[in-house]
Amino acid sequence: MSERIFFKVSIAIFLILLFVCSCFEMGVYAQAQQGPCYGDAIVAGSIGDASNLIPMLSTDATSHEIAGLIYNGLVKYDKDLNLVGDLAESWEIRQGGREIVFHLRKGVRWQDGVPFTSRDVLFGFRTIIDPKTPTAYAGDFLEVEKAEAPDPYTFRVIYKEPFAPALSSWGDIVVLPEHLLKGKDITKSELSRHPVGLGPYKFRLWKTQERIELEANPDYFDGRPYLDRYIMRIIPDPATMFMELKAGGLDWMGLSPIQYKRQTDTEFFRRNFNKYKYLSFSYTYLGYNLRHPFFKDKRVRQAISYAIDKQEIIRGVLLGLGVVATGPYKPDAWFYNPNVKRYPYNPQKAKELLAQCGWKDTDGDGVLDKDGVPFSFTVLTNQGNSLRDKTAQIIQYRLKQIGIEMKIRQLEWTAFINDFIDKRRFEAVILGWTLGQDPDIYDIWHSSKTGAKQLNFIGYKNREVDRLLVMGRRTFDREKRKKIYFKIQEILAEDQPYTFLYVPMALPIIHSRFRGIKPAPAGITYNFIRWWVPKNEQKYILP
Amino acid sequence: MGFVLFLLKRLLGLVPTFLGITLISFFVMHLAPGEPMSLQADFNPKMTPEMRQRLRAQYGLDKPLYVQYARWLKGLVHLDLGRSFSPDRRKVWDKIKERLPITILINVLSMALILGVSIPLGVRAAVRQNSLFDQVTTVLVFVAYAAPAFWVALLLMLFFGIELNILPVSGIHSLMGYEQMTTFQKILDWARHLVLPVFVSAIGGLAGFSRYTRSSMLEVLRQDYITTARAKGLPERVVIYRHALRNALLPLITILGLSIPGLIGGSVIFESIFAIPGVGQLMWSAVMARDYPVLMGNLVIVAVLTLLGNLLADIGYAAVDPRIRTGLQSEE
Repeated sequence: MSERIFFKVSIAIFLILLFVCSCFEMGVYAQAQQGPCYGDAIVAGSIGDASNLIPMLSTDATSHEIAGLIYNGLVKYDKDLNLVGDLAESWEIRQGGREIVFHLRKGVRWQDGVPFTSRDVLFGFRTIIDPKTPTAYAGDFLEVEKAEAPDPYTFRVIYKEPFAPALSSWGDIVVLPEHLLKGKDITKSELSRHPVGLGPYKFRLWKTQERIELEANPDYFDGRPYLDRYIMRIIPDPATMFMELKAGGLDWMGLSPIQYKRQTDTEFFRRNFNKYKYLSFSYTYLGYNLRHPFFKDKRVRQAISYAIDKQEIIRGVLLGLGVVATGPYKPDAWFYNPNVKRYPYNPQKAKELLAQCGWKDTDGDGVLDKDGVPFSFTVLTNQGNSLRDKTAQIIQYRLKQIGIEMKIRQLEWTAFINDFIDKRRFEAVILGWTLGQDPDIYDIWHSSKTGAKQLNFIGYKNREVDRLLVMGRRTFDREKRKKIYFKIQEILAEDQPYTFLYVPMALPIIHSRFRGIKPAPAGITYNFIRWWVPKNEQKYILP
Repeated sequence: MGFVLFLLKRLLGLVPTFLGITLISFFVMHLAPGEPMSLQADFNPKMTPEMRQRLRAQYGLDKPLYVQYARWLKGLVHLDLGRSFSPDRRKVWDKIKERLPITILINVLSMALILGVSIPLGVRAAVRQNSLFDQVTTVLVFVAYAAPAFWVALLLMLFFGIELNILPVSGIHSLMGYEQMTTFQKILDWARHLVLPVFVSAIGGLAGFSRYTRSSMLEVLRQDYITTARAKGLPERVVIYRHALRNALLPLITILGLSIPGLIGGSVIFESIFAIPGVGQLMWSAVMARDYPVLMGNLVIVAVLTLLGNLLADIGYAAVDPRIRTGLQSEE
């Protein structure tokens, strides 16, 4: 009897479950059925205003973010950071890498209706190498021996020598509308503030220091974007920006680690927003002036690397939202070598290495000394970057424990660069590099780049690295390139010209009504034109 | 006629002062380390040394400083402030022009608020010296003075913008639908956005002005003619507001004139916090980027305002105090 009851009850439960499940599935099905739909606007927050919407004339992130939605290049990076065609359907690499021939898409039009042809690329190229154009990006293009447009859909470029970063340089900074710019002074062009591009979004308005609005380009060659409008609001104060997010005035901003971990950990944010995280394209390092007698010996640099607990810095400064840097690349790049020498926290080993170099505390004052000179140095960092400031303080504490005195000095950025870095008046610095998608790091590590105003300011010189850097620039084959850059990472890890500290995470928060966002090594914006909002959740109904 | 002459003389006297200001500013500005290209060029792997030289030449930075100043001055005579060194290369005047109205609007409103509140407050406090009212207002205005503006602003935003959700957090008008509004709605929209910035920019000024009014009033109230006025049997209101206040306001006019340039400089704080696209922010970023032409353009505006402020103070003096007016006339 009791068994039968049990049986009935379980059937009932089973049925209820079935019913619940099917309801649930129906719900999901209904939503899937609805599919991506057009409409709505996204409001993003930015701390700084754009400067110039002709991409080759600006260097700030905001300008490039906006211009990236308006202009297209011949090539672009996909979500896994592979170079793929954009305006170019395909390309051929000839003469062992000296010549590249791009085959362009047909039927693409500028936003004013004029057809796009290879002449626009040639015009962009001529503009960027023109001495009268004040651009920071001419460097890569000066390697070009000859560029030509044999027909409207073919663009050919020949380099003096094979140059591997060449392909990626044909991105959105070098394609310009010839019909709007020809014969005009580009620095005084209307296009700086009213750009006309080929991309998914068209320019709508720009109110200086207030907002920039873009609207969907219905004729975009890769399909109309789902979101009707993109609005960037300029809010210089991060605290205000966060309040705007809470008040509903913003849909999208980048969070600081503390905002990510603590301030958005509430019911309100869980219900209304989605948070994302991915490794940012940057790393922070402690760099040594290798001309300084303290830091000439690599064992000293290795000792300092052992003495710094990088995990502790990530926990304390980034609240865990970052990873340890082991070299000059971020860990999810295809050219990242995970098997280089690492420096886990080991103060004992640090002390041994220092003792080997003759650093001992002979006078008992707690600071190591050698030939009567105490091991005391000053680390410089730029003002207003609280993450770097905190990093410096943690390092200071750890170095004190092994008998090294480190002082911290903060400087205003321009003064820092001009009076200290450029004049080589520093002992050590805490700074960061932004990473490109190409592994080429010639400008930072090659021994020919140690001159005034050049980027190898620490004075790193290693013949083997020099040779590999040149080879890396000449090699197109991805597997071969990978081997070259793997080797470079091994040498840098052994030499420790920098103590590589951490790769922070980018922490965007976006309103939950937006669908289709999929984080990847390239970040989240690679598929921005495929983000969408279900009809019943759309917030801004636009005419 | 005498007054016009007085004005002309004063105006002419301002020219050398103005030139002196620009000269000193120009040279001091160049003492700051770094150059305008720093932000574009420093630490940029793609920047070649040739490009740097070319940019320097384009900006005229390769010339000696006095040549640069002469060139700038020449432009100024033609009312041309030059072009910005930032990547947009826009005309300096265009950049200032689009931002000046909002900064002036907020400052005028805030000045009106300061005067409208602090003068009655000061007068009352003086009339009832050492009363409870006097003591409470003293404490309150000093608390307001001491509280950092950015902190007050954030608290107000949190309270009115998020907790009560009745005022917008930042910006100067609504993001969506603003273009479809009627004029009246637009004014209302602006007003809603300006309440907090105006209040925050005024709050620090209350202390100074109410204190000045109070002490100035106290001094006047001790004068014999006040006793006379009271003895005549005039109502207390007339004694205070017609006889005493008029005289008490004299020193305030000077202070008012002097505080005009400070308002423009002080704008950077609330402009940044409330995301208001005003001149203060422009000036701040120009300093950071070493954008000399924009900086000089702003300095010209500030210098002109300062000098005008002083001039207005003098004129105001003359208007309020008959002794100065008559003194002028008898001089001729």
